Amino acid sequence: MEFFIDPSRCIGCQACVHACAECESHRGVSMIHLDYVDRSSSPQTTPTVCMHCEDPTCARVCPADAIKQTAEGVVQSALQPRCIGCSNCVLACPFGVPRYLGEMDQMMKCDMCYDRTSADLKPMCATVCPSGALFFGTKEEIEQKRQEKPINRFTFGRQVVTTKVHLMVGDTASDEMEFDVASFCEGVGS
Amino acid sequence: MAIPPLSEQELIQQYGPHLNYEPPGGWLAEHEPDRLVKTHCCFCGVQCGIQLKVHNDKVVGFEPWEDFPVNQGKLCPKGVKRYLQNNHPDRLLHPLIRTDSGFREADWEAALSLVVENIQRIQEQYGKDAFAVLSGASVTNEKAYLMGKFARVALQTANIDYNGRLCMVSAGAANKMAFGIDRAANPWSDIPLTQLVLVTGSNVGECFPILTDYLWRARDNGAKFIAIDPRMTPVARTADLFLPVRPGRDSALMNGILHVLIEHDWIDHDFINAHTKGFESVQAAVAEYTPQRTAEISGVPAASIVRAAEMWAEAEKSMLLHARGIEHHTKGVENVLSCINLVLATGRIGKPGCGYGTITGQGNGQGGREHGQRCNQLPGGRDIENPQHRAEIARTWKIDESDLPHSGLTAVELMDAVDTGQIKGLLSLSFNPLVSLPDTKRTRSALEKLEFYAAIDPFMSETARYADVVLAGSLQEEDEGTVTNGEGRVVRIRQAVPPPGNARVDWEIIVDIAHRLDKELLFPYAEPEDLFRELCRASAGGPVDYAGLTYAKIEQCNGVFWPCPSREHPGTPRLFEDGGFAHPDGKAQFHPVTYRPPDEDVDAAYPIIMTSGRVVSQYLSGTQTRRIGPLVDQYPGPQIELHPRLAEQYDIQSGDMVCVESRRSSVTLPALVVRTIRPDTIFIPYHWPGEQAANRVTNRALDPISKIPEFKICAVRLRKVEAGV
Repeated sequence: MEFFIDPSRCIGCQACVHACAECESHRGVSMIHLDYVDRSSSPQTTPTVCMHCEDPTCARVCPADAIKQTAEGVVQSALQPRCIGCSNCVLACPFGVPRYLGEMDQMMKCDMCYDRTSADLKPMCATVCPSGALFFGTKEEIEQKRQEKPINRFTFGRQVVTTKVHLMVGDTASDEMEFDVASFCEGVGS
Repeated sequence: MAIPPLSEQELIQQYGPHLNYEPPGGWLAEHEPDRLVKTHCCFCGVQCGIQLKVHNDKVVGFEPWEDFPVNQGKLCPKGVKRYLQNNHPDRLLHPLIRTDSGFREADWEAALSLVVENIQRIQEQYGKDAFAVLSGASVTNEKAYLMGKFARVALQTANIDYNGRLCMVSAGAANKMAFGIDRAANPWSDIPLTQLVLVTGSNVGECFPILTDYLWRARDNGAKFIAIDPRMTPVARTADLFLPVRPGRDSALMNGILHVLIEHDWIDHDFINAHTKGFESVQAAVAEYTPQRTAEISGVPAASIVRAAEMWAEAEKSMLLHARGIEHHTKGVENVLSCINLVLATGRIGKPGCGYGTITGQGNGQGGREHGQRCNQLPGGRDIENPQHRAEIARTWKIDESDLPHSGLTAVELMDAVDTGQIKGLLSLSFNPLVSLPDTKRTRSALEKLEFYAAIDPFMSETARYADVVLAGSLQEEDEGTVTNGEGRVVRIRQAVPPPGNARVDWEIIVDIAHRLDKELLFPYAEPEDLFRELCRASAGGPVDYAGLTYAKIEQCNGVFWPCPSREHPGTPRLFEDGGFAHPDGKAQFHPVTYRPPDEDVDAAYPIIMTSGRVVSQYLSGTQTRRIGPLVDQYPGPQIELHPRLAEQYDIQSGDMVCVESRRSSVTLPALVVRTIRPDTIFIPYHWPGEQAANRVTNRALDPISKIPEFKICAVRLRKVEAGV
């Protein structure tokens, strides 16, 4: 089972964020976030869960060697005894995932619901997501169900990042996307 | 005189809304659940399956219920955080009796004696109809049935109505007129099978978030999606075609689309001839709605109107779905009929992936409107003025038909009758009219005139503050019962925990009052299933037939669609499959619609259109959801959405305080300047009370048939409020 994100389906409802905060290992604290891209021009929102890089930048830049990967490739929150709260990881992550939580003096991030997935449950966020923007299933399943294609290789300048989590990309996306309602009203007679 | 006995600040201090953020004992408490209770979310007509985690008779969290077919574990933020309404610090634990200095805790004997004493006094002094009942559409079918019977049999008043009057009645009336039955024609599982989904007047992503997945499953299968809305909603953003209709012009737009279809002969003559009546009158009525004329009325470009018709014609199968956006109008019924005309003219109904339906908004918006808590209705969707229906129900209820009251006042009319002194006493259940009715000032004036008011509620709602007696009732998870979701599927609500303290389940309170009114023999219920059995029996042979349902059957089948006339009957997910409609002649009826303007249109003095609606994190008048911390944090208070072009005229920027004035009152709120709304329209969500209430300015005018208020359009003017002024 793998994790797939399709932000184009996101309705901004925050069910994922609230559900994340219900997980037993970090109750009351959400490890993911959801943002408007630019509310003034569009209702487009985008959920941010950890992409779980094969070679995680956050772990690379951690001076305390506090960020570990499981055998399955899940990148975990900083180990609390080691984390020095420097926020290198927060600054370095190309996807903007980790957050430094002052209260806990620790970097915490999405661990793909390790306690749930290791018990054969789906991650909380992908279970509740009402739009299918977050999906947990097999690659065959999503390829069969959807027209968008999963990608997991991203280029940031000279850095190429391969991730465990896939992003769904459609072939219809264009530069011409228009969200200004005024432009949809044009051409109406007096 | 029922003016609240304390200041608003003092009332809030004592009874909230306070914000609950954590389960009982806090996040760190031991919450290993004793049991998981499979039940449903209470916060919209989708009725998502959810498992509530219970520990020591308290709801401490949730677990997704992935096997329930409607939502397959999916939930919106209201569903995820719904458990925080339980064990809430504001929860009423005792009946309260109003005193000169506030409310005092009372025992049930004292509280109910006072209620009964006042019912009897008012009815003796002013007549039976002077005591009224207002109920809700978030309650179970059992309670909806009981409230109707209680009003007619125990109180013998004609005046009972419910808050579905603010919600689904335009669709209900139009469906009855066109099809002879009031239910969505298709199960939602038909959506993924279609080739075109047309959604008009429904902010699906925020009001029925789970249905977003159905939309996408259809599109994954190649379907196209047309969205009609004055705002670019989260789902409209992704539409293949977006028609930015000017509020209040929906019927003109639908007529315009049908005009193009008829002009090109893209209609289904065989279906029209075999299964419908009255097409010629509709054909004549839409003749003048050329794309150009329709564009001028509706504000949608002619090319988009033609394109919508083309897309409808290109698809072999289509689904048309709508919600309050077209229904909350003085011509709500006409708007719905104009949609049905389109569906019937093209024969797009009664087949897999082909159909039509309103998306019911309230938790039991469907069931709540079926079993007799409406002023003109008896159980089983029967008509209170139909002699045969009256006789059938009088027999079931073991009363003389002549003792059965006739039609009473609808919710808004009823509140106005309180204001004019015709109604003196009120009992309410699960209804917060001070927030939910239009023209707040008028509602407040009415409440202040009540001689006696008893409110049943788990929380002190803004309206309950005006009560003489507040009866601590139950939350949805504290009682057994059934609810009928927006597709007509009857589902089981399970009691996860008992009501806390001295609070009681709602139906017991009502039955207790009936017994005290000497009607013991007519209300012989020991448990909710007794009520359900009687409801099913009473519905037998009626337009809404539950006769074949039992709790066990509903549980085994993950819900059963009515009509279900016998124990062997599997239920009816899709209506009209054989082309047979529910009118006596089996035919669907076309109704010609001529566009007419809204009750209050814009003019020089009030030049801007105001419309209202919901946000994803709140439910209705907020009695429950404004007490759930994480949901309040998500969208803390109402904002005025307006387009930058309009904002520029008034030098308004996001965050500026803006005063919105109508002919009734004004409301001052922060602006949210967005390009996602028509430049001639502003939007304010309605979930908040008092100074933040959108309904301070909305129009109380009613649809002549459904008596729904015109929430979706009124005329306003804007004024920027300078900081420090």
